[in-house]
Amino acid sequence: MYRSHVLICGGTGCTSSGSERIINTLEKELKEAGLAEEIKVIRTGCFGLCALGPIMVVYPEGAFYSMVTPEDIPEIVSEHFVKGRIVTRLLYQETVAEDGAITSLDDTNFYKKQLRIALHNCGVINPENINEYIAYDGYQALGKVLTEMKPADVIKVLLDAGLRGRGGGGFPTGKKWEFAAAQPAGQKYVVCNADEGDPGAFMDRSILEGDPHVVIEAMAIAGYAIGADTGVVYVRAEYPIAVKRLQIAIDQAREAGLLGKDIFGTGFNFDIHIRLGAGAFVCGEETALLTSIEGHRGEPRPRPPYPAVAGLFGKPTIINNVETFANIPPIIRKGVEWYRQIGTERSKGTKVFALGGKISNTGLVEVPMGTTLREIVEEIGGGIPGGGTFKAAQTGGPSGGCIPASLMDTPIDYDSLMAIGSMMGSGGLIVMDQTTCMVDIAKFFLEFTVDESCGKCVPCRIGTKRLYEMLDKVTQGKATMEDLDKMEALCYHIKESALCGLGQTAPNPVLSTLRYFRDEYVAHIEEKRCPAGVCKALLSYHILEDKCIGCTICARNCPVGCISGTVKQPHKIDNTACIKCGACEEKCRFGAIVKR
Amino acid sequence: MSVKRAAVAFQGTAEQKALLDAVIKKHRDEPGALMPVLQEAQGIYGYLPLEVQKEVSLGLELPLEEVYGVVTFYSQFSLFPKGRHRISVCMGTACYVKGAGPIFEKLKQTLGIEDGGCTDDGEFSLEACRCIGACGLAPVLTVGEDVYGRLTVDEVEGIIKKYKS
Repeated sequence: MYRSHVLICGGTGCTSSGSERIINTLEKELKEAGLAEEIKVIRTGCFGLCALGPIMVVYPEGAFYSMVTPEDIPEIVSEHFVKGRIVTRLLYQETVAEDGAITSLDDTNFYKKQLRIALHNCGVINPENINEYIAYDGYQALGKVLTEMKPADVIKVLLDAGLRGRGGGGFPTGKKWEFAAAQPAGQKYVVCNADEGDPGAFMDRSILEGDPHVVIEAMAIAGYAIGADTGVVYVRAEYPIAVKRLQIAIDQAREAGLLGKDIFGTGFNFDIHIRLGAGAFVCGEETALLTSIEGHRGEPRPRPPYPAVAGLFGKPTIINNVETFANIPPIIRKGVEWYRQIGTERSKGTKVFALGGKISNTGLVEVPMGTTLREIVEEIGGGIPGGGTFKAAQTGGPSGGCIPASLMDTPIDYDSLMAIGSMMGSGGLIVMDQTTCMVDIAKFFLEFTVDESCGKCVPCRIGTKRLYEMLDKVTQGKATMEDLDKMEALCYHIKESALCGLGQTAPNPVLSTLRYFRDEYVAHIEEKRCPAGVCKALLSYHILEDKCIGCTICARNCPVGCISGTVKQPHKIDNTACIKCGACEEKCRFGAIVKR
Repeated sequence: MSVKRAAVAFQGTAEQKALLDAVIKKHRDEPGALMPVLQEAQGIYGYLPLEVQKEVSLGLELPLEEVYGVVTFYSQFSLFPKGRHRISVCMGTACYVKGAGPIFEKLKQTLGIEDGGCTDDGEFSLEACRCIGACGLAPVLTVGEDVYGRLTVDEVEGIIKKYKS
């Protein structure tokens, strides 16, 4: 028995901010203090509050230390573990009551409105130890399915629960399984799509890092339901920690007899292999993903035939995303009634969002479907730092759109987002403030799609390129109002004629910004002005006379020598020669140089 | 179209060749073996020049054009050697919104190379990469295995200095 447990986040976010070094230092210090047998250090998955990383939580007190550095460790050991005095200065302020007592993490604004189903075990268990997963009801659902339910019953539960695919499209998961189960018996496959490519979305990675067994358990359930004995997880090579933990989990499950032959003595066989992606966004599209596993260029195939009929190596295959799988064991364990109470009429359950951009609490949140954008941004996310004003939230990555402030009270689910011209996507939610130019952000996404288009179909290969060029023209101040109409028309052409989801949704960032931020496009075209001050070609640098003290540092750093003036006198920029590199603004110590 | 070739001549060793042969032998009977073989081959050589692609093509009995097609399709595979220190700037949306663009510009300027380029002394290579999922720390760059987050343009020169021998 240990008297204290220390949970330290070992997710990618906290590892990047140095949690490995903290774990090492802590273990060393504990050993030196003779406490190694009394205090257990556990490396967990993501807590969600990445902005405050590295995160350390000490139980039984529930002390939530944030932004811990290795230098803080000796103090934590001598004060907290030896003397029993919590190091208040390192606590997350929201967990400290006015009288100095520690309040529950669940009562903080960040966690209060969250409901963690898919992320249930993340930040709670040690993902590299199967026993911890089992202690939290792990593999119970698989046992129940194999011993008490027929395959058709399993599918019925999912259909009744109303679970929809969390990877983007929102297709009913039970339907997919039903199609595959209806195919004649023989070789079938279960594929897990962990090729999370949407920039700014990292929930699938966090689930694999924090709770890999839930994916294994769900894939085995899927195998039983559709009659498959082989599973493949296609995961991004850019996620080394996730790959490592998943492999450990698979090995442990095999050893425990939860994967392999004759699982639970029921005669059911199922095993899982990992395949690494190699950096191609289009491989998140299901048919492209299958082509990639088969060892080819990851180009999509026309549907039908759907993968449920002819998928991997031509065999019936179901493909579900990591977060979708993570919802399945809880549904089986707790039942349809419980699950149907959560969410909206047509979108049941919860959704994980990766909050990023100009928001205080960047990180991972899981909320019931139907939570409004305002609740997510202002309450959970803690609003915009540095006094900025909310301008838009981008959801759905390169396939989604920008939601303006006027629609912040829309309850978020699959259908409502679609109706306002965005989409759920995998759940990236990037907040933008007044310093983000909406034309520039549309261009940013198009640059991404142009780069990631596989080149198979013309509308996507050439259409997105032309669209990008038109946007570039706008940001250069060289477009006409006629170009705007052309752009809009081209968007619809691409949407209607592209082969796969990547191309069909590629124009969404342009269409949604045109819909809600048309005035910004017009300002670029008619006034040759970028209201957010981002588009370089439309900016000029100026020196504020009252702030310039004539230190000459700007003139000395200007690479083209276009700044003139005498010492101790306000300087001047010759805008006809200026190349807008921004070196002067960067070097000025008096804030005397502005761009407008 | 010109043939893409690295400026540095290919210098594979006998040990590397033996490792590659073992990799090919291990995977050759699996369906869809090409990608795992190429991933391991890149691990051995650091990149995938035509010479290595030819070996893979012969070993797996696949046309060279198919091997080349796969190598050029996926951004993880490189036809050129990378620098001793590989600098990647995350260009995910969260990082972009928080100023990854100016940081990337500063790196290009400081190192005197473009996206995908490598300095003449082979020390640094630079690339813009896809979201690495450390959005909470945006903007982020990585040098080899080291991650630097919550960056400002001013910190760029200091980071490079750390790796100069």
